[in-house]
Amino acid sequence: MTPPVKPAARSAKNHDVWIVIPLYNEAPVIGGVIDELKKEFANVVCIDDGSTDGSGAVAREHGARVITHPINLGQGAALQTGISYAREQANAAWIVTFDADGQHRIEDALGMLKLARSKKLGVVFGSRFLDDRTNPGWAKKVVLKTAVWVTNRTTKMNLTDAHNGLRVLSVEAARGINLQQDRMAHATEIVVQIGRTKVPWQEFPVEVIYTDYSKAKGQSLLNSVNILFDLIVN
Amino acid sequence: MTLWIQILLVIGLVLTAVYLVRATPSASHQAVRRILVILAVLVGVVAVIWPGLLSAIAHALGVGRGADLLLYGLVVVVLIESVSNYKRSVTQARTTSALARELALTEARLEDAIADVAALKKSSPSGKGK
Repeated sequence: MTPPVKPAARSAKNHDVWIVIPLYNEAPVIGGVIDELKKEFANVVCIDDGSTDGSGAVAREHGARVITHPINLGQGAALQTGISYAREQANAAWIVTFDADGQHRIEDALGMLKLARSKKLGVVFGSRFLDDRTNPGWAKKVVLKTAVWVTNRTTKMNLTDAHNGLRVLSVEAARGINLQQDRMAHATEIVVQIGRTKVPWQEFPVEVIYTDYSKAKGQSLLNSVNILFDLIVN
Repeated sequence: MTLWIQILLVIGLVLTAVYLVRATPSASHQAVRRILVILAVLVGVVAVIWPGLLSAIAHALGVGRGADLLLYGLVVVVLIESVSNYKRSVTQARTTSALARELALTEARLEDAIADVAALKKSSPSGKGK
């Protein structure tokens, strides 16, 4: 086994921040995403969720800390593993969840961190619906808005975008998170659990970049049925 | 008088749905399941020995034949069984996830510890004079 790459904490910025990326079969794009992140963040953790295309090896080559699930468990499970790992690191103060497919902007993550630090927030949620930069298309919008509606009904928090993979969590807030939903419903579950911790939170306008690649992998309309079902059924 | 069987079937189906959405597995559920199994065996034996009885009950409930009543009951039982199976598989999936996560995290901690030791070894010989 290759020895893990230890982050050079002194030279890089944001050494109290851990970027957590659930990784499943994203070998064509994950390298570029990590390279960009590494310019600003010393600690990038990828949770290889049983990829079959060598994504984990690519991520390791590009300097990410890779944790490997022995079997494919789902995005929610990978996110939980990453959060569990990051929150037990000695120098961790902030955890940023980030998607592997390159749909998030580093500038947004930096902006969210700045907001979280200055206002001492527990959580900052990225939202693509606070301005009109992002155009997801109608089908995706239906899925996302359904998810938001369910989330707001169950949590009494008033979010504009529930299924956005870009979030900033303080380590204290992250300690209150224990995701059970292994599949997509975890995005609502994470909001529910944050609501319970009563930490101060805010939304932050972000742009989601829909490349042809991410479009092809994105959620289908039918998947919103799955999300609803997973949330309603105990 | 088809009303009675209708009420019974609707109640059975609604309870199945409630079970799907609400209940979490517990010891009392297991007890209820076992009682139902014993009852089903007893009812089966009685129905086999006195076939006319089933038809009589069916008539009383407003169902044409005993075989029809049996079919209706079977449909509800199959539904409950599949809900119960689904819930069991979800519980198992969660257990598997927790187990796999611990495995991945243990491996990660081990790798980190090894890297720490390696870094210490590397720095100690040259670091003495500094």
